Amino acid sequence: MSDNAPNIITKIVVIASDSILPIDAAMAIYESENEITIKETCYGTMVSGPSDVVNRVVKKVVSMDVNHIFVKERGFLPGDDRRCRAGRGGGPRPGFHFLREEVKMLPVIGKALDDYEKHVPLEKVTHPGKLEVSQLKRIIESELAR
Amino acid sequence: MAKVFIYPTNSLILSDLVERFGHKPLAMMGKVREKITTVGIDSPPLNITPEDPKLGLKYAAVEVPAGVRGRMSLVGPLIDEAEAAIIVGDAEISFGCMGCARTNELTKYLARKKNIPIIELVYPKSEEEGREFVYSIAEFLKSLPMEEGSA
Repeated sequence: MSDNAPNIITKIVVIASDSILPIDAAMAIYESENEITIKETCYGTMVSGPSDVVNRVVKKVVSMDVNHIFVKERGFLPGDDRRCRAGRGGGPRPGFHFLREEVKMLPVIGKALDDYEKHVPLEKVTHPGKLEVSQLKRIIESELAR
Repeated sequence: MAKVFIYPTNSLILSDLVERFGHKPLAMMGKVREKITTVGIDSPPLNITPEDPKLGLKYAAVEVPAGVRGRMSLVGPLIDEAEAAIIVGDAEISFGCMGCARTNELTKYLARKKNIPIIELVYPKSEEEGREFVYSIAEFLKSLPMEEGSA
C-alpha cells in the first residue's frame, strides 16, 4: 500500500436516466481530469482517484441528471485482486447482487425524487396485509368441498 | 450535518439519499476502505484479521459465532458514531456480504436501542410505495440538524 492510499477513494456512479447513457457520463469524466482512473460498467462507471478530484468529477456527472444518477462509495479500488473477476475466474463480484437489486429500483426512486422536487402531494398508500388465518381456512375448506 | 447510519449498511439508495439531503452516510463501504488501505502486518490487508472478532466482543458475547463478532467489529463502530439511523427492512437482497441474519438482527437492535432519531421503512415494490419511501426519508433527513451556516 502506498503512503497516500487513504486519500484515494472510489465511487460507483449508477446511471438510471432516460437522457444520459453511461458512455455520456464516462466521456464527461474523461474530458474533465487526468488524475483519476475510471472503469465503465454495465450500470454506470467507477471513478477512482484523490478524494477531492473524485468528488468534483462525480458532482459534475450527477449534475447532468440530478435525480437519476446515483452515487455510492466503494471500499475496494477497481481491479483489486480480492474483488476483481479477472483474478477469481469470473462470476459476479461479491456485492454485485445487492447493487443489481437496488439498480432495478432506481427508476422508481428517481421518479419519486422528481415528484418530491415538484412538491407533488403524497397519496395514501395501502399496503397489502398478510392473509388472515380465518380466510386461509375458508379457502382450504372451499377447495376441499369441491 | 448529521452522521446517519444506514441499514442495509452498503445500500446505494440510502447512501445516495443521505448525501443528497446534506448529511454524512455511515456505510460499510467507508469502513471497508479504511480497513483495506490501512498499512499493517498483512500484505495485502485481509478482510477480517484475528483481531476483529476480539473487537466485536464489545457488541456480542463470546459464545456468539466469530462471524457475527467479525462483522460487528465493522458495523458496531458505525452505530456508536451514529446521530440518526435509517433502517430499511424486508430486504430480499440481504444476502452476500450482508447475509448474516444474526448480525443483521443485532445491528438493528443496537441502532434501535441507541437514543437517536430513527426511521424504519421497507423497500418499495411499486411507484406509490417508492414515492412514500423517498418522501419519508427526505422529510426525516430534513428534520435532522444541518451544519452551521448550511441550514
